[in-house]
Amino acid sequence: MNTSAAAAELAVQARQAAQASDGYWKGVFKRLSRDKLTMFCAFVLLCMALAILFAPWISPHDPYQGSMIRRLRPIGTEGYILGTDELGRDILTRLLHGGRLSWFMGILPVAMAFVIGTTLGVIAGFLGGKINMLIMRMTDVFYAFPSVLLAIAISGALGAGILNAIIALTMVFIPPIIRVAESVTTGVRNLDFVDAARASGASAFTIVRVHVLGNVLGPIFIYATSLISVCMILASGLSFLGLGTRPPEPEWGLMLNTLRTAIYVQPWVAVLPGVCIFMTSICFNLVSDGLRTAMDVKG
Amino acid sequence: MFFYLIRRILYAIPIALAVGFVCFMLVQIAPGDPINAIVPPDAPADVVESVRRDYGLDKPLAIQFGIWLMKVVQGDLGRSLATGRPVWSDLSSAISNTLTLAAFASLIGFIFGAILGGLAGTFRGSIIDRLAVSTAVAGVSIPHYWLGMVLVVIFSVQYNMLPAMGAGPGGSADWVWDWEHFQHLILPAVTLSVIPMGIVTRTVRGIVAEIMNQEFVTALKGKGLTGWGVFGHVVKNAAPNVLAVMGLQLGYLMGGSILVETVFSWPGTGLLLNSAIFQRDLPVLQGTILVLAMFFVALNLCVDLVQTALDPRIKRS
Repeated sequence: MNTSAAAAELAVQARQAAQASDGYWKGVFKRLSRDKLTMFCAFVLLCMALAILFAPWISPHDPYQGSMIRRLRPIGTEGYILGTDELGRDILTRLLHGGRLSWFMGILPVAMAFVIGTTLGVIAGFLGGKINMLIMRMTDVFYAFPSVLLAIAISGALGAGILNAIIALTMVFIPPIIRVAESVTTGVRNLDFVDAARASGASAFTIVRVHVLGNVLGPIFIYATSLISVCMILASGLSFLGLGTRPPEPEWGLMLNTLRTAIYVQPWVAVLPGVCIFMTSICFNLVSDGLRTAMDVKG
Repeated sequence: MFFYLIRRILYAIPIALAVGFVCFMLVQIAPGDPINAIVPPDAPADVVESVRRDYGLDKPLAIQFGIWLMKVVQGDLGRSLATGRPVWSDLSSAISNTLTLAAFASLIGFIFGAILGGLAGTFRGSIIDRLAVSTAVAGVSIPHYWLGMVLVVIFSVQYNMLPAMGAGPGGSADWVWDWEHFQHLILPAVTLSVIPMGIVTRTVRGIVAEIMNQEFVTALKGKGLTGWGVFGHVVKNAAPNVLAVMGLQLGYLMGGSILVETVFSWPGTGLLLNSAIFQRDLPVLQGTILVLAMFFVALNLCVDLVQTALDPRIKRS
């Protein structure tokens, strides 16, 4: 009687444990789906992503085709819902097309920095010792620059251009990702299961691939997503300074720059590209926050 | 404590050297011959060669760095390609203008951030808390150069209340403390203050909330201390970390003001950098970045020292 009750209890516990272990991602999605703000922001981002992806098919006009007779029309003009810019090009069309470069320059540098920074950070954290010293002291040097200044310095020296701006932004985001990766890896390295794997004869490479990466990629990834919003603002800022994209290419930061001269004529048309940057950046920030909350809570 | 201070100051020296090296390398990674950063492109070939020898550009990179470093330490940042004047002469007035703007912007950001964050941390879940969280998210997500344009549209174009350009009436570049100049400062300073406001709000809210949960606060309340009495204790505990964050933010503003200065044509380092970028005036670019980065290194050091002095719990060998 007693034993059977105990056995039943054990079975219940085992079932709960099984649910808890295979249900981690399920739990994350459940928490995410209850988080209305995050879901709303994710939905906005999805809509924007689809809109800029299909920009060539859904835009009403040609993004490069201007007209001297319909320059700087106000918002609500017939045929040009969001007005026209200083060369008579349709703003809505250019916003849709411009999003492609803005998103590309916001995401690609972070993705590249994620790969490079994680590699270096995991190496530093896992090996420790002199290699750790070397890598971490090098990141200290880049931390001695404010990030905006570093981005402008590198791309200013390399000269204008999309590729140079992407190189500069990648350089800016590698050091912070190294720091996060190193501290997470150092925490995991000393856990018992790593010792157990080492004792059972696994090579360093196998330990990193199987046991370390699985545990550190999540936190580093979350951190990297929080950088996308910063990267997008910085990338548009570089274009705004004339360092990133070059005219006539549509890009939100560059559009803001060229429309700046028009703020006395059509002020509300001139600030539209900034609305797009702000919306994207705040949504990325909030989605990143929501992901962090959903994934940190371990059930 | 004393040894910690010495060690921290000594540690800043290799960092400063490395920062100098990165700035030195900026000219090296620039496309084309570094000699182009010293002589104008239309200089005759024999002049180019003699300058190359004078500057030691025919020597190995390490020796070039040494030569460059010796000059920088003596205050010689080279000459501007565009104007021919020494870089330092343009830079010194630009830096004081940027400092004025950054200091004023951080003052606005810190005061509002501290009040909002403090209230939010004390009254968790209230309307003020939500307002603080929204401010924090908006502050870090907003492209501040765009916010500058929006403020110009509202206050200069629509209502004609404040000037949109420059640091003083008639495009004067020198800062004077009077109402005319002060009007020019308001819009750029408010624009620039949103970033530190967001970050300080978030930091203060987190720290205050954590302190309010600690047992000594309950003990103080149990002892019969009123709200203001408890407030004093909370401030004392929160101060070291909050001051550290504020100090770093001031440094970020020195660098981050570049875009805002461009929007408002504020005659600071940002505008200088902007024109240097357009004219590919590498000595000005390099000198400005070097001075701003060194300022940031020094600020980092000061923040660490002040934090250690304020917080006796930080006992590092």
